[in-house]
Amino acid sequence: MALDDRKSEFTFVGTRPDRPDGLDKVTGRAKFGADMSAPGMLHGAILRSPHAHARIVKIDTSKAEAHKDVKAVVTRADFADVPFKPGLEGEFWNVLENVMAGEKALYDGHAVAAVAASSALAARDALKLIEVEYEVLPHVTDVDKAMAPDAPVIREGAADYSVPEGMHPNVVRYHESGHGDVEAGFAEADLIIEDSFVTEATHQGYIEPHACLGMLGNDGKGELWCTTQGHWIAQKTCAALLGIETSQLRVTASEIGGGFGGKTTVFIEPVALALSRKANRPVKIVMTRSEVFRATGPTASASMDVKIGMKKDGTISAAQGVFRLQGGAFPGAPGDMTAMCAFAPYNLTNVKQIGYDVMSNRPKQAAYRAPGAPMGAFAVESVIDELCKKLGLDPVDVRLKNAAHEGTKASYGPRYERIGLVETLEAAKAHPHYTAPLKPGQGRGISCGFWFNHGGETSVSLALSEDGSAQLMVGTPDIGGSRASMALMAAEVLGIPYENIRVTIADTATLGYNDVSHGSRVTYASGLATIKAAKHAVEKLCERAAAKWDIPVEAVKWENGCAVPSGPNAGDFDPMPLADITADMGRTGGPISGHFEATPEGAGVSFGTHIVDAEVDPETGKTSITRYTVIQDAGKAIHPTYVEGQFQGGAAQGIGWALNEEYIYGEDGRLQNSIFLDYRIPVASDLPMIDTVIVEVPNPGHPFGVRGVGETGIVPPLAAIANAVSNAAGVRMKQLPMSPPRILAALKDNNG
Amino acid sequence: MNYHSPASFAEASALAANATGITRFLAGGTDVLVQLRSDVVTPDTLIDIKKIDGVHDITRNADGSWTLGVAATGAEMTEHADLGRDWPGLVEAMDLIGSTQVQGRATLTGNLCNGSPAADSVPAMIAAGVTVTVTGPSGDREVAVEDVPTGPGKTSLAKGEVISAINIPARGENGGDAYLRFIPRTEMDIAVVGVAVNLRLDGDIITEARVSLGAVAPTVLLVEDCAKAIIGSALDDAALDALAAAASAACNPIDDKRGTIAFRTEVAGVLAKRAAKIAYARAKGEQA
Ligand SMILES: Cc1cc2nc3c(=O)[nH]c(=O)nc-3n(C[C@H](O)[C@H](O)[C@H](O)COP(=O)(O)OP(=O)(O)OC[C@H]3O[C@@H](n4cnc5c(N)ncnc54)[C@H](O)[C@@H]3O)c2cc1C
Repeated sequence: MALDDRKSEFTFVGTRPDRPDGLDKVTGRAKFGADMSAPGMLHGAILRSPHAHARIVKIDTSKAEAHKDVKAVVTRADFADVPFKPGLEGEFWNVLENVMAGEKALYDGHAVAAVAASSALAARDALKLIEVEYEVLPHVTDVDKAMAPDAPVIREGAADYSVPEGMHPNVVRYHESGHGDVEAGFAEADLIIEDSFVTEATHQGYIEPHACLGMLGNDGKGELWCTTQGHWIAQKTCAALLGIETSQLRVTASEIGGGFGGKTTVFIEPVALALSRKANRPVKIVMTRSEVFRATGPTASASMDVKIGMKKDGTISAAQGVFRLQGGAFPGAPGDMTAMCAFAPYNLTNVKQIGYDVMSNRPKQAAYRAPGAPMGAFAVESVIDELCKKLGLDPVDVRLKNAAHEGTKASYGPRYERIGLVETLEAAKAHPHYTAPLKPGQGRGISCGFWFNHGGETSVSLALSEDGSAQLMVGTPDIGGSRASMALMAAEVLGIPYENIRVTIADTATLGYNDVSHGSRVTYASGLATIKAAKHAVEKLCERAAAKWDIPVEAVKWENGCAVPSGPNAGDFDPMPLADITADMGRTGGPISGHFEATPEGAGVSFGTHIVDAEVDPETGKTSITRYTVIQDAGKAIHPTYVEGQFQGGAAQGIGWALNEEYIYGEDGRLQNSIFLDYRIPVASDLPMIDTVIVEVPNPGHPFGVRGVGETGIVPPLAAIANAVSNAAGVRMKQLPMSPPRILAALKDNNG
Repeated sequence: MNYHSPASFAEASALAANATGITRFLAGGTDVLVQLRSDVVTPDTLIDIKKIDGVHDITRNADGSWTLGVAATGAEMTEHADLGRDWPGLVEAMDLIGSTQVQGRATLTGNLCNGSPAADSVPAMIAAGVTVTVTGPSGDREVAVEDVPTGPGKTSLAKGEVISAINIPARGENGGDAYLRFIPRTEMDIAVVGVAVNLRLDGDIITEARVSLGAVAPTVLLVEDCAKAIIGSALDDAALDALAAAASAACNPIDDKRGTIAFRTEVAGVLAKRAAKIAYARAKGEQA
């Protein structure tokens, strides 16, 4: 992509104006997923399997159908016949199978039937009238057990071409990469540490549950309102699952109360549409928190072996890792991502990584900020910390010594362009936190983290109004303050104030396909498209000025919101402000708008370094995080407050994942803690002030230098906290979460 | 569902006695309404006791004892400076329940009658020697708090019986109480272990003590061996170790999502020591 419009001096970009959605959100005016209703609306509810693994012998819906308030009941038979394919190629089938069980219920909470009734209470009660006969099957929820020869087979034929011969059918994808000769590298090492690590599944924990309002007629035309990170993927998937044409379904994204990757697919949306089609009325479904935990994507859980060899001077001579991830009863656990990210921060001569995608009787995993990367970093950075300790080396110096930089061949293959890892490490070393004294009982940990970032299909339109204000339509739901950032970037190009630009998340009927708000791509890709769309409008503005002045358009340039002659030879005209041009645009050639669409490829990888202090109560095993500093490369921070918010949010979620959040399954394969009371997400008082340092090493792939910042921030915390806790407790913690019972048990083992 | 808001406890008792199916009294509703909305318990009869005169009163009697109305909330207790001076451990235990919003509704009575072995105020009430007045079809009776819970979700109250008052003894001289709970977070969690200690001193020596443990058995426990371990001592290290050992020995917990048997047993001893030290310091006149 031509980047003739690179910019490094800014007027609006880098300032911190008020967020455009702030007043709506604090006054309750913002409309979230559950806030929409329609005349004649019904309420849907979903019956879920109480079994981890069971054949569905029979579903008798007759009693529910006879209930006076019930207007429709659906089962799998009410959805389209989607072809099954192995691995991720059959993703529509996988999603359908997850949305409504077919022959088997595959996990506790798997949807098996749904009703629509005239009230939410009636719908809930009607579910109790549906009789399901199950034949309970053996189940498995642990990743290592799911790979063992005697594990129950979840679905034959789900493995794709990548899986080597002889593996258990639950292993459905395999990844192997690296370069050099690890055996030769280990032979050069002065110290080799090899260890195993385990992490539990955690949930994205968005406060807003999944909610939607769907309407589908027998003519195949529909409308869907839902809380989602990507309404085009919702449109495409729902259309496929219901057997209708994509364009006939118009999807509008609501305001979103958190997604973190978990709202990049559909769960209840196709069900609401199927119920609506049957009842011929709009149907609203709102999940309970328990449904969110039981049936929407948590992360994968992981079991990992890492081996690293180091020379006395801190040089890593070889590194290898095996990463086994379970992602529920469907292909998709990001074992490949874990493997590719695990060693990505380092400039390694010899590196090898293997990733497994394993199925088990758990809900279908969904993306959660940098999916797969945090677990791998936990294993790798723990081993590096241990090596530093044993060799008496400073953990930041060792990372600096091995840090990847421009030109390094990444552990996963390509050569890095300009990257900012070294800058984050230098900032860490210079930060007062790194040298602040620790109290007895406290420990400090550091970790680096990496994430790829993503471009994706993007389409943006900008329309100018007669009064000189602008409306910008983007297709990426605002999950992190992107409306403010888009307005700032458009303001920068147009030269009009931030406040004069209104950014809207357009529905699927208004713009071309937009990929989901994921992969930290929004400020990068929608931002790039916004800049280009604004440039497109500026070209037209210049044309109008040129016509008025009767000079060639090449003789007009755009400066501070005005058309001006490009030089003394172009003529002597007063600057013509944008509002003067738009005032009579109807008479000078028609409405002025700008447009841009592309799949930009220059997202620019991102690195961060975290410093954490933790204090452990040796009598109870309870940890408190006493100080936390996030240092991350943002390329260019468009709205620094939002960038800091992303950094802090990554740390906060990482603290939860590291210390107390976990999916707890009973012997019966049922989820034990499907409410926020027992799924222990951190509360505000659990968190210290999270300090942030924004490093800006411009991304060559974006006109203003932006790198996505949404995901990298959750990669280092697990490792940095584990290192801090291990240093505080005096015992290496290899299993997450490091809950008080686990720490106390580890302390006892260590002393006993 | 039938909703009633009687004007007296006698009326409340009669309504409950004649009701069929599932009956719940509605105090703050922070258990009842949550269970209703999450489809756990849908009562056939709901008897709101908050409209009865005096149910929010917190009264200090002439002899120094206290009478609390059954709808007095956690927030009302915390805001009552004199109550907190007499019984800081009890007030703190109640104050640990939920959030600011929950504090505006939750009551001691509801916490007790919900029957959770992890209820925070119950060990503190037992340690303090609190009794409840129970109004039934055949009149009033006074029951020690430790005799109310009989198992998870179960109480010794008979059909038609309703608690009509909470009676807290006079603090008296040289006494102090404390309650500590273990939760992995800092708030908004359910006790994995709870320990309340109430004691009285003569000089440096403990002359009376009551120790109660929560969340380590099917009901909240009053542990006499814990009291014996510290009575007659000045809470020296040997007495503290004996207290911890007695507390751990009294535990009969379960392994569950909130904690393991080994963890609960160990931490009960740790918290017993810590709570005893606070109660001792308070008995010595130190303000927390
Ligand atoms: C967000 C949240 C956090 C919480 N955190 C905690 C916590 O940290 N610790 C803790 O211990 N609890 C906690 N709870 C539970 C609850 O708040 C407490 O148990 C509270 O004390 C219940 O009091 P209530 O007045 O709301 O009871 P209600 O819900 O009104 O009643 C509870 C039970 O008591 C019975 N009852 C009420 N009044 C009488 C009466 N006069 N006579 C006989 N029976 C009666 C009812 O029938 C019912 O069975 C929490 C609840 C929520 C929602």
